[in-house]
Amino acid sequence: MNDLIKLSGTELAAKLRAGEVTSVQAVQAHLDRIAEVDGALNAFLHVNAEEALAVAAEVDAIRAAGGAEAQALHPLAGVPIAIKDLIVTKGQPTTAASKMLEGWMSPYDATVIEKIRAAKLPMLGKTNLDEFAMGSSTEHSAYGVTRNPWNLDRIPGGSGGGSAAAVASFEAPLALGTDTGGSIRQPGAVTGTVGVKPTYGAVSRYGAIAMASSLDQIGPVSRTVLDSAYLQELIGGHDPKDSTSLPKDLEGLVAAAEAGATGDLKGLRVGVIKELTGEGYQEGVQARFNESLELLKAAGAEIVEVSCPNFKYALGAYYLIMPSEVSSNLAKFDGVRFGQRVLPKEGPLTIERVMAATRAAGFGDEVKRRIILGTYALSAGYYDAYYGSAQKVRTLIQRDFDAAFEQADVLVSPTSPTVAFELGKNDNDPLAMYLNDVATIPANLAGVPGITVPGGLSEDLPVGIQFLAPAFEDARLYRAGAALEALLEKQWGHSLISQAPAIDSASIAQEA
Amino acid sequence: MSNYTDELVDFDEALDRYDPVLGFEVHVELNTKTKMFSDAPNAFGDDPNTNVTPVDLGLPGVLPVVNKTAVEYSILIGLALNCQIAEKCGFARKNYFYPDTPKNFQTSQFEDPIAYDGYLDIELEDGEVFRVEIERAHMEEDAGKLTHMGGSTGRIQGADYSLVDYNRAGVPLVEIVTKPITGAGKRAPELAKAYVAAVREIVKNLGVSDAKMERGNVRCDANVSLMPKDADKFGTRTETKNVNSLRAVEHAVRFEIERHAAVLDSGAKIVQETRHWHEDTRTTTSGRPKSDADDYRYFPEPDLVPIVTTVEWIEELRGRLPEPPAERRKRLKAEWNYADKEFRDVVNAGVLDEIEQTVAAGATAAVARKWWMGEIARLAKAADKDISDLGVTPATIVELNSLIEGKKINDKIARQVLEYVIDGEGTPSEIVEKRSLAVVNDDGALGKAVDDAMAAMPDVVEKIKGGKMQAIGALMGPVMKATRGQADAGRVREIVMEKLGL
Amino acid sequence: MSAISREDVVHLAHLAHIEMSDAELDKMTGELDAIVGAIASVSEVASSDVPATSHPIPLTNVLREDTVGQTLSIDEVLLNAPDSDSDRFKVPAILDGE
Repeated sequence: MNDLIKLSGTELAAKLRAGEVTSVQAVQAHLDRIAEVDGALNAFLHVNAEEALAVAAEVDAIRAAGGAEAQALHPLAGVPIAIKDLIVTKGQPTTAASKMLEGWMSPYDATVIEKIRAAKLPMLGKTNLDEFAMGSSTEHSAYGVTRNPWNLDRIPGGSGGGSAAAVASFEAPLALGTDTGGSIRQPGAVTGTVGVKPTYGAVSRYGAIAMASSLDQIGPVSRTVLDSAYLQELIGGHDPKDSTSLPKDLEGLVAAAEAGATGDLKGLRVGVIKELTGEGYQEGVQARFNESLELLKAAGAEIVEVSCPNFKYALGAYYLIMPSEVSSNLAKFDGVRFGQRVLPKEGPLTIERVMAATRAAGFGDEVKRRIILGTYALSAGYYDAYYGSAQKVRTLIQRDFDAAFEQADVLVSPTSPTVAFELGKNDNDPLAMYLNDVATIPANLAGVPGITVPGGLSEDLPVGIQFLAPAFEDARLYRAGAALEALLEKQWGHSLISQAPAIDSASIAQEA
Repeated sequence: MSNYTDELVDFDEALDRYDPVLGFEVHVELNTKTKMFSDAPNAFGDDPNTNVTPVDLGLPGVLPVVNKTAVEYSILIGLALNCQIAEKCGFARKNYFYPDTPKNFQTSQFEDPIAYDGYLDIELEDGEVFRVEIERAHMEEDAGKLTHMGGSTGRIQGADYSLVDYNRAGVPLVEIVTKPITGAGKRAPELAKAYVAAVREIVKNLGVSDAKMERGNVRCDANVSLMPKDADKFGTRTETKNVNSLRAVEHAVRFEIERHAAVLDSGAKIVQETRHWHEDTRTTTSGRPKSDADDYRYFPEPDLVPIVTTVEWIEELRGRLPEPPAERRKRLKAEWNYADKEFRDVVNAGVLDEIEQTVAAGATAAVARKWWMGEIARLAKAADKDISDLGVTPATIVELNSLIEGKKINDKIARQVLEYVIDGEGTPSEIVEKRSLAVVNDDGALGKAVDDAMAAMPDVVEKIKGGKMQAIGALMGPVMKATRGQADAGRVREIVMEKLGL
Repeated sequence: MSAISREDVVHLAHLAHIEMSDAELDKMTGELDAIVGAIASVSEVASSDVPATSHPIPLTNVLREDTVGQTLSIDEVLLNAPDSDSDRFKVPAILDGE
């Protein structure tokens, strides 16, 4: 394995700036790694080698020429990145891991992609996900499951299992994810990586294929907290194309991560959410969580217990609001303007029947389930009881957060109640699958930011620790997250990801 | 299908037994530069699918952003309709599948329209005033345009396939909804026409819409129901869609009243349904019945944030309101000193603006009326065009009139010149010059023509000498003939008198 | 008691324009009923004095100036069209001709 791929994005950036390596070398090393292990992992749906190398060469040329243009390069220029295939890109197919969009080429770039192009980060390709980001395991992709680099028989989390697995397996130092109910944080937790869901509106959603508009947020995926801070600063900021985009940029994220890395948390009040521990959380997960709390306390943090009594309704509210918005957002996939068109096998050829046949063939089971559930929740006679009630629960959850943040600067919980489960385990039980998101969903409902950082292993699989902060206070996440990361790594004497086993590509090839 | 009958009851007879209840949904397309939620051009008549952005195609990942001018135009419409303006309102999604609707939902307003609780006083032709209560005016977006191909008629029925142009998709619309209108009785069709005309006039006057019904800038859905004279509950209504001319609104309401009466008389029930208006036969036919397909699953549009209107903003907009059309008419009638019937004819001919501009350009009100209601109206009718599309400007009239007053041309020549103007030959002065149409004022040439005429008609000369001045008219024919119509009649008269020493 | 009947699902699938086989309808009915049963508890706490939240971060008056921007070329418009005719999208008949 080429050592270049072991570097974090920030470390690689420093070497690029110092002229120790070129971006072309770095991109090629990652492309080689993808060629080596992605047959086993299936993290990538599309590899964008040619363009990535061209961008890398451009950055190298600018650096070699020196002068003002080289000075003006973004700190991450030349550092390769992988893009969740829910985010539209010119020049590469965007599928949302759905048959519906097989081969679809976007004529426009998402705002975050425009920023990445402007900063000259070579895009390695598009990563796998649960179809239209609906799932917690990446098993619901129309293009095959993604496997967890820690154990190829386990799920990499979802929906952003591809981005998390790519980063965890050193196929990419950085990736973009989207988080509607935990789709960045839960895969981060189960792959031993870092993932951040920024404050709702901190990153433009323009060009992220909408799942649930009032919950979706694009965010960074990386192996270190500092890398995520750099990446959020790059992709964040007001966008006039997104009406829900925050008017003011969030600043000081990198500085907060750097401050946190000193390991000093004096004066920080950390609230343990009573409702997000204990029952339902695996013993090993709870043990790692408790150890992290001890470390935080030792670093000067004040640990307080907070109660968020309405969190027990969060899952219900989420599974009403999300599918309702899904049912409307996914109506546009009808085989008229783009995407696949499928004709009915029999009967008259009317547009209505062609749409119904197209959607029957193009959507997978989980997508259909959510569309039907959302159609039900919004339909006449049920709106008040379901969608209306869920919106009220949303208010109650926001109030719970408000009260908790009176007592604490950040809140903390395990990111996921369990470590990565076996592939296929929840195939026939959608409800069990939904429970994976219990700790991550409240943040999406309330719009507040959350981060997951690696918290150790249980059953040889990673456990994630989640911090939550008030809206607009993303910097607090980076401070607390970087501190915990530094304290744990100091205790272990190494990073968690460095302990990931080698990927045995051959074993999967044989199984297949 | 037995409920659908084309049996009709005579209109007057129907309304002897039933009271009509009307309701209107008028869609007004705003003439903003860009669309409601995207910065694509809002333009009519361009090549298909050229005025579209990813947003207008509903491509994956796109998001809407509200056009500020469209919001302000909507508030202006609300104010002109005497509505309350919502302190806070938002958008909602109306979910239904149709290939002209790119997202398969329409972004509209549901529970909280931007304007509500207004009214409009409608003056009928004889001066009677009806107050129509406005329930709401809300913002939404237009759909694309479907063209049905194959089959015989270009209609949706029997078509083999359809073609879709999304240029119109996302054009800003304001939908104005009335409360049920009762008490119109036999004047219902007339009121219907007058109401839509008034709305059209208001939005045109505000400058927020091109207001051309033939282009679909103003479209009307007309709801009609009948209730027996002694009933206290409204009957079942039908909604006749897209009645797109003022005449059609009147006829459609009349037809539905006659049809409803026949259905009710037969003991059958009116089916609550959409009806389609057919201009050729002046009838409606059944569309689809209201069904569960109308479960639109409205919910707040999560991609757009609410609009809050401050008092300052509303007052600033109120300051931009032009004089209301009804008040303006009252003022102009007095200023121009027209008789009731004269003024009504001017209004009905739709030339109020033209006359006002002609007067402003320097003509008298009488002269302006003479031209716009006379020769120009005649030429428009002959050409089967709108007066406003003839290319005659107020400046044309003022110029023609000053040519007449300066005795450069006479009335008859002036009418000819007007035709040449319409043909695009230039301004009146240019045409008179180019075609050598100036009146013959040269007394030498004119004198000879008069001499010749008098010599040819000694009996006429005797009559004039005998004091019958109107006999001079008989000399006009030969004189005009000799001068190719370019003689000034007044001058001819003077010369004759001079020659006879009168 | 089931909250959701098979007829409900038939109706919902029709509203959502998704064709479903009998087997799919049966499976979906069971799953949906279980899910709805599990999440219906939201109405317990949703009393009338609690306002609804539709947007997590409260913003207002995000408005755009009325200025024309970049449109797509006709090639870009029709790039992914399943079917088109000259410069328009082509769709099957709206109504059943039979």
